[in-house]
Amino acid sequence: MLRFIKHHFDSIDDVEIYPIISLILFFTVFITMLFYVLKMPKKNLEEISNMPLEGNENNNDYE
Amino acid sequence: MKKEQFYYDNKIVKMFLIATIVWGVVGMLVGLLVAFLFIFPNYMEGISWLSFGRLRPLHTNAVIFAFVGNSIFMGIYYSMQRLLKARMFSDVLSKIHFWGWQLIIVAAAITLPLGLTSSKEYAELEWPIDIAITLIWVVMGINMIGTILKRRQRHIYVAIWFYLATLITVAVLHIFNNLELPVSAFKSYSIYAGVQDAMVQWWYGHNAVAFFLTTPVLGLMYYFVPKVANRPVYSYRLSIVHFWSLIFLYIWAGPHHLLYTALPEWAQNLGTVFSVMLIFPSWGGMINGLLTLRGAWDKVRENPVLKFFVVAITGYGMSTFEGPMLSFKTLNAIGHYTDWIIAHVHIGALAWNGFMAAGIIYWLASKLWKTELFSKKLANTHFWLGTLGILFYAIPLYVAGFTQASMWKQFNPDGTLVYGNFLETVTQIMPMYMMRAFGGTLYLAGFILLAYNVYKTAKAGSTVQDELVEAAPLKQISPSRAPNEKWHSWLERRTVLFTILTTVAVLIGGAVEIIPLLTVPSNIPVISSVKPYTPLELEGRDIYIREGCNNCHSQMIRPFRSEVERYGEYSKAGEFVYDRPFLWGSRRTGPDVHRIGGKYNDNWHFNHMYDPRLTSPGSIMPSYPWLLTSDLDVSDTEAKMNAMVTLGVPYTQFEIDKALFLLRNQAEEIEQNLRQDPEFVKNYGESNMQNKEIVALIAYLQRLGTDIKKGETAQN
Repeated sequence: MLRFIKHHFDSIDDVEIYPIISLILFFTVFITMLFYVLKMPKKNLEEISNMPLEGNENNNDYE
Repeated sequence: MKKEQFYYDNKIVKMFLIATIVWGVVGMLVGLLVAFLFIFPNYMEGISWLSFGRLRPLHTNAVIFAFVGNSIFMGIYYSMQRLLKARMFSDVLSKIHFWGWQLIIVAAAITLPLGLTSSKEYAELEWPIDIAITLIWVVMGINMIGTILKRRQRHIYVAIWFYLATLITVAVLHIFNNLELPVSAFKSYSIYAGVQDAMVQWWYGHNAVAFFLTTPVLGLMYYFVPKVANRPVYSYRLSIVHFWSLIFLYIWAGPHHLLYTALPEWAQNLGTVFSVMLIFPSWGGMINGLLTLRGAWDKVRENPVLKFFVVAITGYGMSTFEGPMLSFKTLNAIGHYTDWIIAHVHIGALAWNGFMAAGIIYWLASKLWKTELFSKKLANTHFWLGTLGILFYAIPLYVAGFTQASMWKQFNPDGTLVYGNFLETVTQIMPMYMMRAFGGTLYLAGFILLAYNVYKTAKAGSTVQDELVEAAPLKQISPSRAPNEKWHSWLERRTVLFTILTTVAVLIGGAVEIIPLLTVPSNIPVISSVKPYTPLELEGRDIYIREGCNNCHSQMIRPFRSEVERYGEYSKAGEFVYDRPFLWGSRRTGPDVHRIGGKYNDNWHFNHMYDPRLTSPGSIMPSYPWLLTSDLDVSDTEAKMNAMVTLGVPYTQFEIDKALFLLRNQAEEIEQNLRQDPEFVKNYGESNMQNKEIVALIAYLQRLGTDIKKGETAQN
């Protein structure tokens, strides 16, 4: 009976490419993002994170 | 630069706030009704529209889309205007969004008890309502993006990223999962069948949790927690990492709802891996929320709003720890189909969603009505009632889940099941169901206090609707990057590009998982003995769907010794190729029914449907007396078969032309079987049972899981 579930995707050529694509995509995006975030200047970060608070007047530029 | 004066629209926030409270009470009340049905299965006897299978979807939909939905919109409309320093783009669109959404909820509250359902969990509503949801969602989207475009704030705060991700992803999920072919105004068939339908459904189902109950509420957390504590978020860096990794990972996790099922192994494994990885961004977010209160913990003691937030975020941490754990196959084998899952989702719903909403409502009530909250003491009482309610709800169900799972799996030394009768495993956990209902009652009582408190606050407060503010308009700057501008800062002010990138991030996961399943027909091995349903069985299946049987009965036997011993041969992907929609179910309040066909005779099913306690004393299944008295509606049978042909089911023209003749023949046969029982002849001898709905349902149940057996006989 195992024949019914064992060979689901054997018929697709190079089926292993799907998980490999996903792995590569995920790690590229993640590492780029992480690198970018760690490089952000502290001053900008502080200004942005004060946005929800009262008396935050500086809306035009932080860049 | 000269400042501009403008008004924030507070009225729309108030409207959503009131709707949140009203639907919160309704949704929880239905939940409580459902919880009591476990203990007193007879108390709504004979009222079809109040039976468990119809009320359960009403409860889930009311809590998710009506209660949490309105609370999200309330928070979004308040925080967006302030974070962007602009009034909402269009008052008319805001109003259409509000009233449209309420109408959809009312439509759901009418159609679900009537049994008009597509049966796919959290997407039960039929196609006309699905279209209405899409339209209202687009209205909301235009309003949100329009506000972003006319903002007076260069940078877009992280909360709004979460709102945008919600907007996009829910739209994609909703549309793809609800692709169905209408047969009549309130009946449609899924364009996907069997395994594919299951995969799309749980890709949707999991992400309904992720992108409706989680991401927008995280956005609210990033705005309201700093606001109430009056200090910036713990780490803005962490919030960026949190956002991108969460949306990228979440979309892959769906298949963890289908572990050990007939879903292909690679898709199951993909689901597990990504679900386990999800713990990192989730806990990153939780820590970010909790640590925002660093140095302000003394405020938590005095401020009920912060108390609610702390328990909410802790609940988020608990359920996002549990989620990855439950995605491990070893634990999933135990937890799946049991009350453990019900406990798990209620930690999310009651603690995370319910308490975030409550905290925000208390805080907004005093802001919107410009007065102190009517009673801090009542709010504190609500907090404690709610917290105790959560504990009384969840802990007994954890115990129930473990108890039942272990009872299902116990063997005697001679290889037979210790608890061969499924019912024994149900009666064992009845005390837990009573405690659960008690917990739910506490929680609802607390929420009613909130309603009263807000009502009193509103009565004492000011009736001024809008709030005057001033801010400088944005300087025009080039759409391209300024010389010293960082890439992510630039990206954040390019709203449209940012939205597209978010869409790409969420689409990748769905595409890689689903496209191979949809495009390669040969990936589901054909079992030659599996044939389409006969007209009568098809009608019976639609009654099964209408009564919501799939809310308590799975049709998916996992390849475990304990399940094969109890239910029969485990389920194969090829057996579901004509199942539109799939009916695998997600919870076994009653036993699996995939191999029920031929297990009992027609009379057993007849008596069991009339009153389950006749055949199974102590059963908590509702009785379905109306199936014995309502005539089977065959006006759409041919249309249904034609729709199936359009979707690829190989009915011949002869079968369609002769549909009613075939249907009557099979019904007559079943009536003859029923008449073999003298009791039946005595009680129903005069009634023309072959014309009643019960006969169709019996035909369907007797067919279930039998095709594969015919195949074996043929091979032998």
